[in-house]
Amino acid sequence: MDVTDREIKTKNAECKPAENKGSSVQIKVLFFARARDLTGLTELPLELSSGSTAQDCLNKLVARFPSLEEILGSMVLALNEEYTNESVIVQDKDELALIPPISGG
Amino acid sequence: METNGVGGSAADMSRILSELETLKTAKNDIDRRISALEAQLRDTTNIQDKNDTVSNGSCPLISAVHSNINHDLTPDSVYRYSRHLLLPSFGVQGQSNLLKSSILVIGAGGLGSPALLYLAACGVGRLGIVDHDVVELNNMHRQVIHTEAYIGQPKVKSAAATCRSINSTVQIVEYQEALRTSNALEILSQYDIVVDATDNAPSRYMISDCCVVLGKPLVSGAALGLEGQLTVYNYNGGPCYRCLFPTPPPTSACQRCSDSGVLGVVPGIIGCLQALEAIKIAGAVGEPLSGRMLLFDALSARIRIVKIRGRSSQCEVCGENSAFTQQQFKNFDYEKFTQAPLSTLPVKLNLLPEDSRISSKEYKEKIDNGEAHVLVDVRPEHHFKIVSLPNSINIPLASLEVRLPEISKALKEEDNSGSGASLYVVCRRGNDSQRAVQCLQKMGFNSARDIIGGLESWGHDVDPNFPTY
Ligand SMILES: [Zn+2]
Repeated sequence: MDVTDREIKTKNAECKPAENKGSSVQIKVLFFARARDLTGLTELPLELSSGSTAQDCLNKLVARFPSLEEILGSMVLALNEEYTNESVIVQDKDELALIPPISGG
Repeated sequence: METNGVGGSAADMSRILSELETLKTAKNDIDRRISALEAQLRDTTNIQDKNDTVSNGSCPLISAVHSNINHDLTPDSVYRYSRHLLLPSFGVQGQSNLLKSSILVIGAGGLGSPALLYLAACGVGRLGIVDHDVVELNNMHRQVIHTEAYIGQPKVKSAAATCRSINSTVQIVEYQEALRTSNALEILSQYDIVVDATDNAPSRYMISDCCVVLGKPLVSGAALGLEGQLTVYNYNGGPCYRCLFPTPPPTSACQRCSDSGVLGVVPGIIGCLQALEAIKIAGAVGEPLSGRMLLFDALSARIRIVKIRGRSSQCEVCGENSAFTQQQFKNFDYEKFTQAPLSTLPVKLNLLPEDSRISSKEYKEKIDNGEAHVLVDVRPEHHFKIVSLPNSINIPLASLEVRLPEISKALKEEDNSGSGASLYVVCRRGNDSQRAVQCLQKMGFNSARDIIGGLESWGHDVDPNFPTY
C-alpha cells in the first residue's frame, strides 16, 4: 500500500504548477451515504493552505460538522476516485470523497 | 323495469361467473396436460441426446453428419440462450461455464429480487436462495420478484416459484432460514459464488468472513435512500469487506430500509448489477468489479467508480498473519461486534420505569375521559406527514431541547382546570419516545410519559384502520 500512496503523491506533485507553492489550495469534498445525511450536503468546496493533508481536511470538516465524527473510523477515503489515506497531501482542484458503507438492501 | 334490469344483471353475473369457473377449470386441465406432454418430450430428447453422446464418443465422424456440435448445450439450451451465444465475447464458452456454475443469493428482498430474476433467466446451473422473512405489502414497491398472491408467505417460497416459472431448467435450492454462523459454512460451501443481498451490517461482516474462510468470491451490493454501492470482495487477491471497513460503523450510521426509506428502483439497479458481476465471474468473462467500488447516485444520475485499497496485510480475517479459522467463525458474535441485530425485527428499548409509560389503550381511555393533556410526536417531520394522531404536535427528537418553550406553552393552554395538563410522548415504535421522555424529565417536565410501542401499537391495539408504514 505504501508504494501506491507514494505513486499518488508523485503523480499529484507532477500535475501541480510550481507557482502555486506557498499559497492556498481549493479542493472539492464529496459526501456519500451517511456523510450526506450528517452534513446535509453532497459536496463542499474547501480552501486549505497548501501542503495540507487529507487529515487536515477531515479536521476542518469535523470542526464544521461535529456529527461527522461518528463515521470517521469506518469509511473509505478516496482522492480523485482512488483509495487514499489521511497522510496524503491534497492538491489544488483535488476531489476528496468520504464514503461510509451502506448496509441496506 | 329497473328492478327487472337489476334482477336480470344479477342472473347474468352468476351465469358469467359459473361459465368463467368452468372455463378456468378446463384451462387448468389443458395446462396440466401440456406440461406433462412437454416433460415427456424433454425426457425423450434427453435420452436421445445421451444416445447421441454415446455414439459421438465411439464414432464422432459419422455422427457429425447430422450436426457438428462441439459443446454440451442441449438443443433447447441453444435456443433459449441464443442471444448469449451470439455474443462473441460471451458465446458458447461463457454460457457453458454459466450452466455449470452455482450461485447463492442471500436475501430475497430489494437487491435479491432483480438479482434472482436475472440469474434464473440467464441459466445458472444451480441457484440457492436464503431468506427467513415473509412477503409484506410494503415490500412490493421494490421486491419485484414477489406477487401480491404471496403476501404472508415465505419470501424464499415466493422467489423460488417465480424463478422456476422463468426457467424450469435451473435447479433452485430453498433455504427458508436466517443465515447464522451455525449454518453459514455448510450452506455457502456448496456454491461457487455468493451474492450478498442482505440489509444489515452484522450479516455483511458474517458473509464476508465466511467467504474468506471458504475462499469464495463475494458480490456485495447495498442500497439505501437514493444511493447504492457495489463491489466484488475476496476475488483474485482483492480485499475483503473487513479490509475496507475493519471497524463497524456505529449503529445509527447504518439504518435499514425499514427505518430510512428507499426508492424502489435503486436496489433494483444495484441488484441487476450484482447479477451482472456474478454472471461475469461464473462465465469467466470480462473484468469483475474487484478492487473497485461502484457508487450509484440516483438523484444526480451519477455513477462513480472508485479504486479501493487492495487486500490489507493487517486484515484480521484475510491478512497475512490472520489465522481466522472455521471454528473461530462459528464462535464469532457478529451482533455484538456490530452492535446491531441480525434479524430484521426492530430493537425494543426499555429505558424508562413503568410509571413513566402508558399503553396505547390507556392513552385512548385518557382521550375518551377528556383528560387535559398535550401529545408530542417526536418523529421526523416527513414521518409526521405520512400519518399522525389527532391534536398531536410534531417536535422531532433532534430539535426537542431547543423547542421546549412550545411544550410549556401548549401545556398552559390545555390546563383548563388549573390542576395541570399531562404530557405524553409518541413516536413510531416507542424507542425515540423513551429517549424524549428521559430528556424531558431531565429538563423539569417530570410528568412526561411515553406511549409504549408508539403508533405501531396504536394501529395494532386501538385503531386497526390507522395506517402503518
Ligand atoms: Zn480482509
